[in-house]
Amino acid sequence: MKEQFYIKHYCTIRNRQILVNDREVFTSEDAVFLDFSKAAYRHIGLSYPKFFKMDNLSKLAFLAADLVLKDYKSEENEVALVFANASSSLDTDINYQKSISNKAEYYPSPAVFVYTLPNICLGEISIKHKLYSENSFFVFESFNPSFFKGYAEILMKTGKAKEVLCGWVELIGNTYEAFVYLVSEQGQTLHTEENIKKIYRNGRT
Amino acid sequence: MSYILDYNCVTPLGNDLTSTVLAVEKGESGIRIQEGYGQASFYASVILYPVAVLLGFTRLETLMAQALYSIIKRNPLQGKSLLMISTTKGNIGVLDSDFVPENAYLGSTAGKLNRHFGFSEEPIVVSNACVSGILAISVAKRLIDAGVYDYVYIVAGDEVTEFVVSGFTSFQAVSLVPCKPYDAQRAGVTLGEAAAAVLVSKEKGHIKIVGDGSINDANHISGPSRTGEGLVRSVQSALKEARIPADSIDFISAHGTATPFNDEMEAIAFDRLGMNAVALNSLKGYFGHTLGASGLLESILSFESMKRGVLYPTLGFENLGVSKDINVIRRKEKKDIKRFLKTASGFGGANTAVIFERVD
Repeated sequence: MKEQFYIKHYCTIRNRQILVNDREVFTSEDAVFLDFSKAAYRHIGLSYPKFFKMDNLSKLAFLAADLVLKDYKSEENEVALVFANASSSLDTDINYQKSISNKAEYYPSPAVFVYTLPNICLGEISIKHKLYSENSFFVFESFNPSFFKGYAEILMKTGKAKEVLCGWVELIGNTYEAFVYLVSEQGQTLHTEENIKKIYRNGRT
Repeated sequence: MSYILDYNCVTPLGNDLTSTVLAVEKGESGIRIQEGYGQASFYASVILYPVAVLLGFTRLETLMAQALYSIIKRNPLQGKSLLMISTTKGNIGVLDSDFVPENAYLGSTAGKLNRHFGFSEEPIVVSNACVSGILAISVAKRLIDAGVYDYVYIVAGDEVTEFVVSGFTSFQAVSLVPCKPYDAQRAGVTLGEAAAAVLVSKEKGHIKIVGDGSINDANHISGPSRTGEGLVRSVQSALKEARIPADSIDFISAHGTATPFNDEMEAIAFDRLGMNAVALNSLKGYFGHTLGASGLLESILSFESMKRGVLYPTLGFENLGVSKDINVIRRKEKKDIKRFLKTASGFGGANTAVIFERVD
């Protein structure tokens, strides 16, 4: 059993900018997340119509995960997903609440309601990349590198996963932040709490 | 190794474990006709006895504190002790269309309970749709086995709110009669509310957690896989870890929400696993679907099944209405239970399976 793990690929999305493995992939002037996410989708060259049905949290998580897993090829994927944020699905919860607050305009929609769960973004990523793998969504007051590091290594050391895609995906309105990275037995950057914090902070190693 | 040291619950059937189990033994259900919640009358399992809400706490947080209180009284915090919260919607009832109170954040609930009971570690919230409650046990077990914590106090809770009722209704997933898991006439869920608490520890107790898995269907976000893929893989992962064959499971505490698709998916999965003959129940007929609390609450009732050597029937079930032959428990029966499997599935393609073993 390996005792040393690496951060193989990583992506940060914040302040209208996307960085992947220290490289700037996309920058936009769009202050509204919905416009930013559409522009990013086109820029990356994605062709996945389901993207437009997703709520904003799922769009954010999906884009970051896609950039990290881009060249991922495996028949039997064993990439676990460990994601977390601070506000759960509150952004969509608020939208849904609006649809039931006014009795005169009462229009609860199942298509919105389904996204009032933070782990739906894990489902979206799993469907796209056919990941029949360990999935869990957590909530912390702020990014918790020590939990991520510990839990990812537990999954790998106990044989529950070969690699782990970790993600901090926070979004409320037009304030958003995604930090998604792949933990693996191979790579250049050691999987240490210091390195996780550093990439989270700077978007770079 | 991780063990279950203690557990408790606060449900519509009773404000503690003893009264709840007594009611289940008698075959009572908490499901009643309800008014309000922005709906015409509908069935739900709601806590109707008065709840003395703690100062600065919401009703849900009070229910959670109540479930946890006796466990902490019997097992005071020591060593590296963690508080883990499991909830699907937390205090969603406080949400207003143009105001987001601090209470709406799950971290706020976790922080309050953490301070109230004097935990020093940062709490962990598990929010993974309807598998949250049983997933919390799995996560606690993994953290303890890895030596990160010595004791994990899990508390799960969810309430019946207009938010949730309107959402399930918009899906046309709410049954017009009390839910009928696995039945030919089943027509959807009955919602419920409860709080449940479990203490998981490295210290040896009477129940051992021997295997677990939480694998996604990778198929659909709002419907279960037609092949039960994620559930099959979750159970296989748990069995493999426990190094036991499927036929060594004495009983399955299944999810059984009573929606046509969920129950059918489970039947397909258990059939694929060759577990057709294993006695199986859904406890949704007693408590309704308590969302993020359900997995933990149903585990607790199954710990009691194992301790008392009795299988509880699937309330609401009459005639098998799934395409595969499964052994749904109809009547209360005596059975020596050495091992049981708890499963749950939810939106987002989530599935969790955990195997518990009696320590003699």
